[in-house]
Amino acid sequence: MKKLLLSTALCASFATGAFAQEGEPIRVGILHSLSGTMAISETTLRDAMLMLIEQQNEAGGLLGRPLEAVVVDPASDWPRFAELARELIAGDGVAAVFGCWTSVSRKSVLPVFEELNSILFYPVQYEGQESQRNVFYTGAAPNQQAIPAVDYLLAEGVERFYLAGTDYVYPRTTNQILEAYLLAQGVAQEDIIVNYTPFGHSDWQTIVAEIAAFGSTGRQAAVVSTINGDANVPFYNELAAQGISAEDIPVIAFSVGEEELAGIDTAPLVGHLAAWNYFMSVDTPENDAFIDAWHTYIGSDERVTNDPMEAHYIGFNMWVDAVEAAGTTDADAVIDALVGVAVPNLTGGLSSMGANHHITKPVLIGEIQDDGQFEVVWETSGLVLGDEWSDFLPESAPLISDWRAPLSCGNFNVETGTCGGSE
Amino acid sequence: MKASMTRLIDLRLGLFLAALFAVTVLAPLATTLSSSSPFNLPSYLIPLMGKYLCYALLAVALDLCWGYAGILSLGHGAFFALGGYAMGMHLMREIGARGVYANPELPDFMVFLSYDHLPWFWWGFGNFGFAAVMALAVPGLLAFVFGWFAFRSRVSGVYLSIITQALTFALLLAFFRNEMGFGGNNGLTDFRDVLGFSLSAPSTRIALFVLTAICLAACILIARAITISKAGKVLVAVRDAESRTRFLGYRVESYSVFVFTISAMMAGLAGALYVPQVGIINPSEFAPANSIEIVVWVALGGRGTLVGAAIGALVVVALKSWLTATFPDLWLFALGGLFILVTLALPNGLLGLLDRFRRAKPAPKEVPA
Amino acid sequence: MLLRLMTLCLALLLPSLASAQTLDELVGQLPDGNYNDRAALVTRIAATGDPRAASVLDALLEGELEQRTADGRIVRVTGSRNNETAVDVLTGEELGTVARRSTESIRVNNSLRRQIRTALGVLTLRDPDPARRLAAAEAALRSPDADQLDPLTEALEAEQNSTIRTALERARAATLLGTDAPIDARLAAIITLADAPAMTVQSALNAHRADADPQIAAAVAAAIAAAERRQAVWSQAQNLWFGLSLGSVLLLAAIGLAITFGVMGVINLAHGELVMLGAYTTYAVQQVFRAYAPDMLGWSLAVAVPVAFLLVGAVGVAIERGIVRHLYGRPLETLLATWGVSLILQQLVRTLFGPTNREVGTPDWMSGAFQLGEMTVTWSRVSIVVFALFVFFGLLLLMRYSAFGLQMRAVTQNRPMAANLGIRTGYVDALTFGLGAGIAGLAGVALSQIDNVSPNLGQSYIIDSFLVVVFGGVGNLWGTFAAALSLGIANKFLEPWAGAVLGKILILIFIILFIQKRPRGLFPQRGRAAEG
Repeated sequence: MKKLLLSTALCASFATGAFAQEGEPIRVGILHSLSGTMAISETTLRDAMLMLIEQQNEAGGLLGRPLEAVVVDPASDWPRFAELARELIAGDGVAAVFGCWTSVSRKSVLPVFEELNSILFYPVQYEGQESQRNVFYTGAAPNQQAIPAVDYLLAEGVERFYLAGTDYVYPRTTNQILEAYLLAQGVAQEDIIVNYTPFGHSDWQTIVAEIAAFGSTGRQAAVVSTINGDANVPFYNELAAQGISAEDIPVIAFSVGEEELAGIDTAPLVGHLAAWNYFMSVDTPENDAFIDAWHTYIGSDERVTNDPMEAHYIGFNMWVDAVEAAGTTDADAVIDALVGVAVPNLTGGLSSMGANHHITKPVLIGEIQDDGQFEVVWETSGLVLGDEWSDFLPESAPLISDWRAPLSCGNFNVETGTCGGSE
Repeated sequence: MKASMTRLIDLRLGLFLAALFAVTVLAPLATTLSSSSPFNLPSYLIPLMGKYLCYALLAVALDLCWGYAGILSLGHGAFFALGGYAMGMHLMREIGARGVYANPELPDFMVFLSYDHLPWFWWGFGNFGFAAVMALAVPGLLAFVFGWFAFRSRVSGVYLSIITQALTFALLLAFFRNEMGFGGNNGLTDFRDVLGFSLSAPSTRIALFVLTAICLAACILIARAITISKAGKVLVAVRDAESRTRFLGYRVESYSVFVFTISAMMAGLAGALYVPQVGIINPSEFAPANSIEIVVWVALGGRGTLVGAAIGALVVVALKSWLTATFPDLWLFALGGLFILVTLALPNGLLGLLDRFRRAKPAPKEVPA
Repeated sequence: MLLRLMTLCLALLLPSLASAQTLDELVGQLPDGNYNDRAALVTRIAATGDPRAASVLDALLEGELEQRTADGRIVRVTGSRNNETAVDVLTGEELGTVARRSTESIRVNNSLRRQIRTALGVLTLRDPDPARRLAAAEAALRSPDADQLDPLTEALEAEQNSTIRTALERARAATLLGTDAPIDARLAAIITLADAPAMTVQSALNAHRADADPQIAAAVAAAIAAAERRQAVWSQAQNLWFGLSLGSVLLLAAIGLAITFGVMGVINLAHGELVMLGAYTTYAVQQVFRAYAPDMLGWSLAVAVPVAFLLVGAVGVAIERGIVRHLYGRPLETLLATWGVSLILQQLVRTLFGPTNREVGTPDWMSGAFQLGEMTVTWSRVSIVVFALFVFFGLLLLMRYSAFGLQMRAVTQNRPMAANLGIRTGYVDALTFGLGAGIAGLAGVALSQIDNVSPNLGQSYIIDSFLVVVFGGVGNLWGTFAAALSLGIANKFLEPWAGAVLGKILILIFIILFIQKRPRGLFPQRGRAAEG
């Protein structure tokens, strides 16, 4: 074990030496799995972050100092996330960490960031019901994805909803919110079916046959899919094989982006939907520049961009702005400076950081095209602020979050007037 | 008396315990040194070291039943995780009304999933003593029942290994289900304190680390005592020639069930110590790959040596920690290569290598599976 | 011929154009307004009777219709992202390549697409292409509309193809049912529809359950009830088929392991990764086809089968010669070493191909489905079942009737004796392991059609494979066969009732209990070898 400490120390001193000529570098931690089950999604985010940091350095660094990325591999192992977060903050002294994908990895590192008072940017859409002082949520909350998606389906005349999800917290909460919302919109209980499958479910024959039956009652039906990563390819393959077209029963997904579609032949899936805050196909100068930079950086024109990459793009630029505004990388100062920061997103708008540490984003609904891209068919007129505590769940309806000075609370109960969870 | 002590603690074990003692005393001291001192140990490493010791304890548990009784369990991670869950449930209850929803009765995830009352299997976990007993009793009982049926039916060898793997896989799937009432994939997390002491306080961490070291030492001694007892000799006989032992009139299954149960309880203890130091318990601890990894630790350190198992765990886990932080893209090559190299070059593990250096005597005869 | 027909149509329709808006005007309005406005335009475009209407609607349906920002011309844009060419949709004039952001696409969504398809349906009911006629009839059936009645009746009179006739009759019946036709005609329509597949019956008739006429309502209810009864019976057959196809996947995944683990006794934890290598080989072969012979893509799978077998088999031989050979008699150490191999292979693939999923296309002959009674049978599943059976019986024949099979059995049953008889045991070992690995590679080819081609592919099958081999009885190929199929079928019968997760847990518990009862699996190996 001593050997380990010694080599870590050696490594650390070696790394600091490399940039010494331009003043002490500012270190940025990248905490994304590069092996294990989540590597499939997270490796791209590591590369995107490295690209952003390289660009920032070419533009003169930050506060006149170069940025230095510290990359670690938590290997899709949740305790290791916490362990490496601790090492990044306490050992490598990073100013901020960009990382995590699953909710459980975020939950695992939360106490570490709280204890060591550092900053985490979390770039993935999630179930909400959380707001922590040290975390900035740049992915979508349910109101920035799920609810507008269902609104769109209702407007399209969909009367029956099959909510299919992987059995974990994000789909559970999202479906709970959606069910409450749909009932409130006058959809009958018997027209809503909720179905959960395990992680990595690969045999979808039965469920797809069930969906086909569900959709053949003469009334328009749709599938709302919160099926997670790995299970999507076999799911869509089976949909295509059984000949369920988007015109008969559209599937709207919240976890399927360009990256997931890269593994599927999308020709039979044209018209199925996804709700995100960004699509690679969005036609704006910012997005074109980003895609070109990405293709150059990664050395391949085949690689796609996706929503969590945009979230990191926004988050990173917000952090840069906040550090410049605060004039320091000190966590407390940057956390305060971050609220209210507004930076351009890739869809032509200006995203800003709310007092609840969630950001404003447009909501886009896209249809799958035969080239594996999405085409936007609907979007919100303005930007929507992430709602951390859902109004559609009784237990979180009275909660709000505001991290600005006098309140400084992530779960303030407006009914009792107290900040929950405080000692 | 003295003779029996030396029989219990041979040179190898003595050295290991001395080293363990030294680390246990010196590491907390080193955290108090000023940060400029070359011997300073950042305090964030204490829970990490505590975690390593938990893994070492888990490896010792597996070595007791695999190394000495020939029961290759590919599901020991399940006992570890069950112990962890028992402790995690207590820590969850201890959060009380400080959760985000400020519900004094229900943990956050239950409020979140709209439970209106505490499920029956959560009763009693508010009490630390009860949780501590359950952390040993639940894995022990499962192992006893499972072993009782398996060994009486003379399920052995790879068949046993594969059904232990099926057991942990079934538990993995079950714990992933949100309906089970254990928090699903997010598991149990956000712990605040244990017995009133804050888990993020350095003193609590040191206390947990020291406690883990003591438990590790105690379990190694217990395991050692079992293996050098008469029962231990029978176990080795079972391992090497099960049928012959049976024909000699020994009730093979009783010995096997006994050692399997003890081993599972030790794994549960390791899990219970692991959770407060790591701060999260999640169903992925049940993943069959984790259980295979435990086997790898034991094999790497030297099967049937107890001390070797502990060292194997420490080496692999520390190596993995270091490699994932330093060579994120290459560490799997290094680790995979190491496993291959060790099996080809060091059939008796790292400890076997030491033995080979220590005495010119030929290595002990290889043990068949 | 076609041209002459079109001129004729044009001449006939010319007088009516004067009163209504011309196609050119209507197309010019397409970019404005929302989806509902566009839907109204689609109906009017179809109603112009202009011969160009079908191609305009076709372009719109394909999402290829765009408006040039410079001059507002409506063009059809085709080609890939950076190399798009435009054609004026009305005049057919070629406008060359278009620069990025010089055109604005005219958006379509699902409901609009449905509308277009219905509109196109009426236009293509008499199309010379039978496939388009069938599609038109099916579109009409999906969205019955009183205006379709006459075109449908006319098309029906002219139609010769019996399949299309049936579809037209059903479409006409569904349309008729929604009109105020005489009751006898409507009752006849219900009878026509009642023979259709249950799902069609339900979607066509459900809306008429509460018909004002009690006679109609009763007939509808009876037809739906009959359809549901048929469906209930067929759903058992469907479960059986799903189970069989899941079982074949398990069989394919496990059969290679039945050799390396079952016959040779090597606990091969890298088995899953060998399967994964097979899947990546398929991907690589397909990439080669895409690059050099894109029109032969349908053959890529056929080529991938032998390539994957040989390549992964070679990897297997290398593993055996390099590692496993040194560890015979120490099965548990092969566990450790092959675990190491699996980590290395996973990371190797991740480094070479990247961590993301790779797309393996499905050849045309494997895609699509056909209707068997009340169940949908997909060709890809049929192919996998056939392939699994083919591999299994091929292996069985090899083991039983070839000289190599004989030597292999001899070596595994009594190594020293086999060696004394002059069999080169080392050579046989390497080939046996290679055979097991090669079959794992074959499994990979099949799995690439239904699952993720990613570095994690192997991990999801390794546990199931071991369970299948152990449940069937180690060392017995027929046991593996029976175990795979019975577990697949049991799983699929449990799933609708218990859900996917609980179903799987129940299967696992069953296996654990079964092994307690029969510690050597379904078909225990007899003789001395069993006392290992």
